[in-house]
Formats: sequence, structure tokens, C-alpha cells
Amino acid sequence: MTGAAEATSVDPVTPVEGPAGTAGLSDSGGGSSRFPGRPVQEIVFPTREQYLPLVQGYRDDGFEMCIDLCGVDYLTHFNRHLPDGVQPERFEVVVNLLSLSTARRVRLRVQLPESDLEAASIFDVYPGVEAMEREAFDMFGIIFVGHPDLTRILMPEDWEGHPLRKDYGVGRVPVQFKGAPGPR
Amino acid sequence: MTDPTSNTPEDGVGGTDAPALPATERGDGAPNDTTIRASAHEAESSGHPDTPQPPPVSRDEYPKVGPGGEAIGLSTETSEGHQELTRRSATDPGELRREVGAVLRLPEGVVIDPANIDVEQSDDNTMIINMGPQHPSTHGVLRLMFELDGETVLRTKPVIGYLHTGMEKTAEELTYVQGSTNVTRMDYLSPLHNELVLSLAVEALLGIELPARADWIRMLMTELNRVSSHLMWMATNGMDLGSTSMMIYGFREREMVLAFFEKTTGLRMNHNFIRPGGTAADLPDGWEDDVTIICDTVLPRTDEYDELLTGQPLFRQRTESIGRLSAEEALALSLTGPILRSTGVPWDLRRSMPYLHYDQVDFDVIVGTYGDNFDRYSVRLNEIRESIRIIRQIVEKMPAGDYRVQDKKVTPPPRARIDESMEALIHHFKVFTEGFKVPEGEVYVAIESPRGELGCYLVSDGSSKPYRMHIRGPSFVNLQALPVMMRGGLLADAVSVCSSVDPVMGEVDR
Repeated sequence: MTGAAEATSVDPVTPVEGPAGTAGLSDSGGGSSRFPGRPVQEIVFPTREQYLPLVQGYRDDGFEMCIDLCGVDYLTHFNRHLPDGVQPERFEVVVNLLSLSTARRVRLRVQLPESDLEAASIFDVYPGVEAMEREAFDMFGIIFVGHPDLTRILMPEDWEGHPLRKDYGVGRVPVQFKGAPGPR
Repeated sequence: MTDPTSNTPEDGVGGTDAPALPATERGDGAPNDTTIRASAHEAESSGHPDTPQPPPVSRDEYPKVGPGGEAIGLSTETSEGHQELTRRSATDPGELRREVGAVLRLPEGVVIDPANIDVEQSDDNTMIINMGPQHPSTHGVLRLMFELDGETVLRTKPVIGYLHTGMEKTAEELTYVQGSTNVTRMDYLSPLHNELVLSLAVEALLGIELPARADWIRMLMTELNRVSSHLMWMATNGMDLGSTSMMIYGFREREMVLAFFEKTTGLRMNHNFIRPGGTAADLPDGWEDDVTIICDTVLPRTDEYDELLTGQPLFRQRTESIGRLSAEEALALSLTGPILRSTGVPWDLRRSMPYLHYDQVDFDVIVGTYGDNFDRYSVRLNEIRESIRIIRQIVEKMPAGDYRVQDKKVTPPPRARIDESMEALIHHFKVFTEGFKVPEGEVYVAIESPRGELGCYLVSDGSSKPYRMHIRGPSFVNLQALPVMMRGGLLADAVSVCSSVDPVMGEVDR
């Protein structure tokens, strides 16, 4: 694996460079004068099969750090803007990679259907995603195949359900003002 | 603990601390090495007797339909096993290697050969003990589980989540106007940084430009917050290492900064001062004098801390070459902030990817050499001095102008207008009840908080509430360094190492 370029050519993905023509996908902050030195962020949409080789390619290309990994549930916002050729699915894994040498960021958005919530773990490439993948599993139920210890991290281990899913209701505790006088 | 028949769970857990462990730890009796996960699973999903047991390690063949063809519900899917540190005989080798830090794919010389990990080591000579979640030196409700051989730490596992309040879920229920009251409670030692990163993300989606003064006020406040946060760290770190005078001094100086915050924002913590569209108010009259007094007081006192701690033999013995970390390890573990810089990597977002107006101020990025506790102490001490240097420049360069953007869409009208104009009253009412709509899109914005890269990934569906707001908390990620830093060290140094990571549990658990 020589780099992201090769990974991209072997497995064609849809790189989206900047805001041009992709309204809604753009990083509007990139062009702002308050971020003068910041290049426009790149967003890439690999499929599930391309995901791990592409991450490995970026790692070889000098993206030293996986800065963030999180899940998104697009249940109630399914028809979001996506570039042509990307099949929208309910879940997304969003990975932010950072290159310290070139001060560049790249964001990977992997589509995952509700029926088959499995993605490759990138733990072998970036060991720092250990806690982040556990959090994404905990909050969304995304199974990261190859993670050494995929257990809940924030919720108790016997918790049922994945709280950040959109169909997971927000509980409410009725407030009782015990000291207050009743209605007259 | 040294019972040769360690197949019974009570023995391996260790008699001394057995009451501290929850029932699941004691009750997941492992008949043999291979079925620990399956049996733990069975214990947790006992309400579903018909559910087939998943294979112990591999998740490739994870069953998604039950024997009758029915989809297996969430309770099965989520019962993935316990979070605690288990005995070696009950841990699968892949996980064991991770816990001893052997899975890092690092350049030659630093990596531990996985073949050298003694997977077969007997549990007879080791003991698993708990520290926390109520231990005072864990800075909150962090629970650490150690595997000890005598006084030596073999494995460490942080168990977190005790302070989880679902703030990312809450954020989806709050409008963008209300959002900063939520995020400010995450990292309660640097609340202004949390507010800043959310505001920058919202403004990036809105595509609005702020007046220069608003940006400079934000810089002033966040730099002061960095000073107060590092002072707090100096105080608690001193206390963890037995220097109670440092604790008193650190809190004393921090109080000055908090008093200025109270004067400016109305609150000592959880300010809700930096909001999308600017700040809540202008700086109070005479702020230059207040800030100058803070600078003139704190700067010479950092020299006193230097005298008190830096040369002190006891302090040096407890910090030097304790908890060492290499740059490769720090990068692989996604560590940021003073921990990364202490290993010699000059990465500071204020310098490398400047936001606000950090490209117009002059400051140095402090780096260490060895990546040990002492370097992390020195980096933070000197960052206080650099922040004061920045603050002095901000006081000089503060431009005149408005402290918030005059965009009717996001800015409520001035208070005085409400009394005389019906439209202003309606406008005010709408901003604070419905909020403002943010164009559809997603953005990731990162700033340098006192603990490292604080990121906000914000997804908007075009309504007035975030569709998804994810905060990349630096403490959450930095905690992963603990197993690597404590490996092979002494139990007494665990407190020192934990303190040098500077975790804020409000941000870890969110």
C-alpha cells in the first residue's frame, strides 16, 4: 500500500474537495477569513469495503493521527445532500484524520445500512480509536469487526439499547414539588 | 489470592477488594478459559433463554436472527460483556495484548514484541485491585483497575462512564441559542473553550463573519481560562504529590481569574458567555486594569512555583522518568495537548492551524523532551507564562467595535429597544423561544483547549436544533495513555501519572 492515491484508484471513491458544487457538504468555515491558514477540508465517501484500505492508505500518506471517530444516525434526516454515486444509508461512521506534517484534515464518511451494522475496526492502523469505537458502539450499536474489546464504555454494561439513535426516546422524570402546597 | 485453584472467580479477583467489585465481576464464574465471554453473555441476557450464545471472540459470525428466524433485539446485541479488567486466564489474548500496550504498531525499537507478552502467566502471583471511582486523586469519578505483581503495575484499565449524562443527546433537544449552556458544563475547568468551539462550528455553518472585537474578546477570555485551568492543574497535581502549599497557591491565583470572569460574565464557572454570533456582553469598564493586575500577579508567582517545586528533590523523584511516553506512542494513541507536546512534538492548533486571530500574536509553543511527568509539568507551567504573554498582547491590540454580529437572524435586539419597540419584543421572543435556523450541512471545528484538541462535529438538518452534535473531548482520548504510561511502574506512581494526564471527568463522560 503506497498511499491514499493508490487506494483511491483501486477502489474508486468519491472525493469531495471543498465547497464547490456540493452545497451542504461544504465546510463553510474553511473559506472564512477567521481561519486564514486553514485549508478547505476534504470529505471522502468510501464504501464499507474501501474503508479500511483507504484509512491504511492515508496512514501511509502521512496522516499520523486519527483525531476523531463518531457515529451519526440519519433516521429522520435521510435525504441529506450526498454526492452522486453515494447510496445514503441510515447510519454513518465519521472519521477525522489529521496530518501533522502538512496541517491537513480529511474526513471519511462511511455509510452503514441499518440491517447490517458492521464496519471494519481501524484499531490496527490507529490504536487511538479504541475508546472512540467503543463509544460509537455504545451510542449507536455499530459493530467494529476486529476491535479487541468492543464493550460499552459510557453506559452501564447491562444497558439495553443505544441512546444516541434517533428512535431511542428521551426519558423524562416527572418532577414532584413535594413541599409545595396542593391546588386549592 | 495465591490459591492454586484460581479457576474459581473469588480467588482471582482477590479477597481484599472483593466487596468493592460489583456483583457481575464476582458472579461471572468462568468454568474455563474459553467460555468466559459466552458465560458472561449468558448471565446478562438471561431474560432471553432461547437466544443462542455468540462465539466467544470472533464477531464475524455474530448471529443476527434467532433460531425461529426472529430478529434478535437490542438486549442481545448490546450485551457485549463486562467492562472491567479480568484475570489473565479469563481474558482473550488480543485484549490482553492491548491492555499491556503491545498492540501499538510502532516503529522498531519502541514496540513490544507480542510474542514476549506472557499470555500464559499464571494469575497466582498477581492481584487485581480497584482505584476509584471515589478515590480523591482520580479527579472525579474515574475508576482504574490495576493488575499488580507486588507493587508493580502490570496492566491498567480505566473504566469510565460514571458521570455520563447524555449531553450529546441533550444537545439535540436544545436550540443553538441554548446549546452553549449545555456544552459549557462538559469540561468544567475550561468552560469558555467549550462554548467557543460550539460557537465556531455554528458560525461556520451559518457562514457569518464576526466583528473583530468579538474575536479578540473570545481570545482574551479563553487565554485567561487556559491560565486558570493550568493553575488548577498545578494545584491538584501538587496536592497529589504531597505539596499542599502548591494546592493553596494554585487555588489562590485561580481565584483572581475567576473573580474577573464573574465580573465579566456574571458567573465563576459555566458562563454561557461565548455564544453563536459573538459574546453575551462587552467587557466591563476598567477591564484592562483587572487583566493587567492578573498578569502582573500570576507571572511572578509562576517563578515562585518554580522555586517551590522544580528544584525540590522529592518532587523531581516522583515526576522524573515516571510515566514516560514516546512521540510515536503519543501519535498512535491520538493524544493531543500538553501530553503530546511533552514528547517533543510541536503541535499546537493555535500555531499550526490558527483560529480567531492567533496568527497575529507572538508566542512560543512549549515542548518537552522525554515525555515524562516532569516534562508535562514543565510544559504546563511554561504555558501559563506564554498565555500571559498572549494576554498582554491582546490587551494592547483589542480593537473597538461591536462585541456581537449585527445580524438580525442570530442576534437578539438590545435590551433597551425592547421597551420601546413592539417589533424588537417579537424579535427577542422569537430568538429565545424558536431560536434561529442553521443551513443544512456538517462541519468539524477544532480548537486548542488546555487539555488538547477540542473538536466539535456538528450536523444540521436546517432546523433550529442540531441534528447531531459530537464533542471530541481531549480528556476522553488522553485517558487511553494511562495503560501505556503506567505499565511497569509502581502503584505509588499511578497517582502521579493519572494527575499528569489532567483528565476532567465531565468531559470524558459527557
